[in-house]
Amino acid sequence: MSGELLAIFVGALLINNFTLAYFLGLCPFFGVSARLTTAFRLGLANVFVMLITSLAAWGLETFVLVHAPYLRLITYIVVIASTVQFVEMLLKKAAPALFRALGIFLPLITTNCAILALALFQTSRGYGLLQGLVFALGAGGGLTLALVLMAGLREETELSEVPSLLRGTAMSFFIAGVLSLAFMGFAGLFSGSG
Amino acid sequence: MPDPITPSAELLKGLWRENPVFVQVLGMCPALAVTNSAVNGLAMGLATTFVVVMSSLLVSSVRRWVPKQVRISTYILIIATFVTVADFALQAWTPALHRELGAFVALIVVNCLILGRQEAFASRHSVVPAVADAAGMGAGFTLALVMLGSVREVLGMGSWFGLSLFGPRFEPWVVMILPPGGFLMMGVLLLLFACVADARRRAGGRLYGGREAA
Repeated sequence: MSGELLAIFVGALLINNFTLAYFLGLCPFFGVSARLTTAFRLGLANVFVMLITSLAAWGLETFVLVHAPYLRLITYIVVIASTVQFVEMLLKKAAPALFRALGIFLPLITTNCAILALALFQTSRGYGLLQGLVFALGAGGGLTLALVLMAGLREETELSEVPSLLRGTAMSFFIAGVLSLAFMGFAGLFSGSG
Repeated sequence: MPDPITPSAELLKGLWRENPVFVQVLGMCPALAVTNSAVNGLAMGLATTFVVVMSSLLVSSVRRWVPKQVRISTYILIIATFVTVADFALQAWTPALHRELGAFVALIVVNCLILGRQEAFASRHSVVPAVADAAGMGAGFTLALVMLGSVREVLGMGSWFGLSLFGPRFEPWVVMILPPGGFLMMGVLLLLFACVADARRRAGGRLYGGREAA
């Protein structure tokens, strides 16, 4: 059981990294990765929203959607967006420090494709509550890792001489390509266990 | 550049001048994730076109009755409805293709290209220009996806739309159909677009002695 959970976690964190292998959450990946601290906070906010999403999707799938699977997409979107907004208000009241750190990112990522994909993958793979939460932690951690690596590299390239045409989006894609190549080295890490 | 709003101009701008992928850099997730072959790119492009055209049609026709405060949620619900339709249609007609595209069909709903068109265009214009704009954007998106998918399939598998091109001696660049190939090829294409835009700007500068409005 714990081996399976570990496989789910490492699989989502490294092997099938949401950003670098599935191309999910690319908008923040290219948009908000210019500063290291911002990128890290955005990553943490992602972990937070993913945990809520996983919980919400599990609840919906178990108690509501058994009878109406064709409503899955619509329900997920509405419920995830409103739950995150609700938790945001709760956080503002209960933990203002945490809210100041993560707050501005929460509305940005509620309908991010990585978030919805997490819910959809969790459903299609038939994960239970605990597996879903571990999957969310791994996926969120993977996003954070990719964001932080990207931000670090982009801060470095600020200082290097690059042809003016390449500066900006095109170079971000090349950096992402190289990062993605590096992450492919993790493939097969758990192939023995399955 | 204030263009007169004519359906044909709206249709054409999405193809090249405001191409959603190469110029606006929107909808990156599906553009990279499913373009490991030309067929997948085409299917994804057509599904997205269907969703954006139908959503624009509906949004522009009900735009007078949707209160400002809840407009985004309304658009999302409309989009999600059509994505569900597209998802089930693909599943029924082409199950193999649907398996290949996986969750990315459902993820059309969070493609910012679609919501962007509703907010920026369909909610402010009448039905005909809104549909033309959506069709143009959808066509531009499809064009970009087929381009990406073609290059990646030709290099990565030596075939185009499943037709073998180079014979058995060709050594495929496997990396092109893997995730890194998507990022790298997108970088190359964006670079090409930047080069073309730059060359045009320079030519314009020389000819007219002024800066061309991009």
